[in-house]
Amino acid sequence: MNPQLTIVLVGACAAVACALPGTFLVLRGMSLLGDAISHAVLPGIVIAFLITNSASTLPVVIGASMLGLLTVFLIEALHRTGRVKEDTSIAVVFPALFALGVLLVARYTGQKDLDQECVLYGEIAFAPDNTIVLLGHEISQPLVVLAGVAVLNLVLILALFKELKIATFDAPLAAALGLSPVLVHYLLMGTVSVTTVACFESIGAILVVAFLIVPAATAHLLTDRLGVMLGLACTIGAVSSTGGYYLARALDGSIAGCMAATMGAAFGVAWLLAPREGIVARALRSRRRKEQFARALVLERLGRSQASHGELVAGLRWPEDRVREILAALTTAELARTDGDAFSITPAGHDFVQQVVGS
Amino acid sequence: MRASPAPAPPEATALEFHDLTVAYHTKPVLWDVDLSVPSGHLVAVVGPNGAGKSTLLKSALGLVPLSSGYVRVFGQAYDDVRTRVAYVPQRESVDWDFPASVFDVVLMGRYGRRGWFRRPDAGDRRTAREALERVGMAEYADRQISRLSGGQQQRTFLARALAQDADLYMMDEPFAGVDAVTERAIIALLRELRDRGRTVVCVHHDLQTVREYFDWVVLLNMRLVAAGPVDEAFLTEKLQATYGGRLGILETAATQLLTERQGRSTK
Repeated sequence: MNPQLTIVLVGACAAVACALPGTFLVLRGMSLLGDAISHAVLPGIVIAFLITNSASTLPVVIGASMLGLLTVFLIEALHRTGRVKEDTSIAVVFPALFALGVLLVARYTGQKDLDQECVLYGEIAFAPDNTIVLLGHEISQPLVVLAGVAVLNLVLILALFKELKIATFDAPLAAALGLSPVLVHYLLMGTVSVTTVACFESIGAILVVAFLIVPAATAHLLTDRLGVMLGLACTIGAVSSTGGYYLARALDGSIAGCMAATMGAAFGVAWLLAPREGIVARALRSRRRKEQFARALVLERLGRSQASHGELVAGLRWPEDRVREILAALTTAELARTDGDAFSITPAGHDFVQQVVGS
Repeated sequence: MRASPAPAPPEATALEFHDLTVAYHTKPVLWDVDLSVPSGHLVAVVGPNGAGKSTLLKSALGLVPLSSGYVRVFGQAYDDVRTRVAYVPQRESVDWDFPASVFDVVLMGRYGRRGWFRRPDAGDRRTAREALERVGMAEYADRQISRLSGGQQQRTFLARALAQDADLYMMDEPFAGVDAVTERAIIALLRELRDRGRTVVCVHHDLQTVREYFDWVVLLNMRLVAAGPVDEAFLTEKLQATYGGRLGILETAATQLLTERQGRSTK
């Protein structure tokens, strides 16, 4: 397979695999737990590596998942003692486990095919060279693994869509209905562990959190339906990772770094320009509302009695030009009419006030 | 009080708490509560902040670990009668920015009947739509839940409970932060449920409306102070015992006044 295409596909599969559980991390307010897991699985990988003496995928994934779940369990256990807050608990547990992982890697580096650089940063550019034979074709191993994890995550989320939805929105009700939110939580965290491990080789422990969280956070700004949010998060992730690859080629920079940076840029665009939640839309809406209020305030005075420009300026204590501008707009819109100096309200004006004040 | 007696439900007792003690960390929240709630009533659970009112509901739903004692729902363990119980948590307990429509949330009331993996079917959707109509929210079905007022959010939760089509409704402060119109609409629905033989248990904060809205009351302050029909249990001295020094002079006076007025009007 063409190496460029392989890298693009590896990036897109990683983005989709991460965006699916990432969406639920964002909605549950657990984004940092994703970061914690992506670091704390390291000793699991090394231990599996040392026991089996090989970098074969399955033991590594199992070791990492167990460490991922252990991390979540330890964080909750520590938090439940009531002596530390949850963010402190996260910050105590995951660096301890990560440090253990780093120590193990350092201790055995050189003897085995594993080094710190690779684990922390990953290198997606090597993905085309690392091949296995599948159904008679030579194909990139990271691509096979990440595509597999993406499909697995998709199946899991489709199968447990309603359980994930209710456990995320209203965990006590989920528990009362017998749809154990604790079980759903650990399944999700297991998924995050497996996904981050699958991404290690290509993206590394540090940047994987961008793949998990940023496309999902972007999608959250653009929609208010869960299904649409999942689809958008995957699309945004895949498109940004592809864009990031070409950016990296243009800049001759780190591919994973450019992919994560492109995701950040996509978030920035959505944050500014999202149709309803974006900063620009909010500013425009607030300006429009302010203008409507001003017109309604003037109209309400005209509703009590007709008045001249001067009387309105005296009554409202607004600048003369501002009042003149509003009166001009009101007459053009036929919400008020003028008879010489005196302005008075029209029936349409009454409706307008009703509409603005009533809503 | 009721126009016609409710049809006799199969079980006379909806909820039984036997020597129930619940503690968070080391501090007891409920202490040795022994209580039977008969079915077919509209029940208020009343007490000061931190009296364990919410915990009492949660203990019956298996949501908190019990230090000692046990709870029976319709004479059975909760796990065996799950589908007959609906729960409305406090409105602030969920994130209303969650990407869901009003209809999505109401449909969650049907999830328990489906069990793991199975999606709600057409019948569940119909039930959810009917529940929305009953709370007067049909036209808001597609609206994003963050764009609802407090009262509309509470109606949405109520519709979700109605969609559960239960025999026992457990509601944590269904009147908190709602406008007067919504409050009247909610109480009308709760009365309708009771008149059809269902049991409704509400954590309630407004002592002034207990007599008007409910026919049975539980007074709680970590220990059970009193429980029974409103006329027998909702008495000034019992309220004093429940609230201790915390029942303000004004509230006491108002309650007394209300007690007298109610006494006169029922004669």
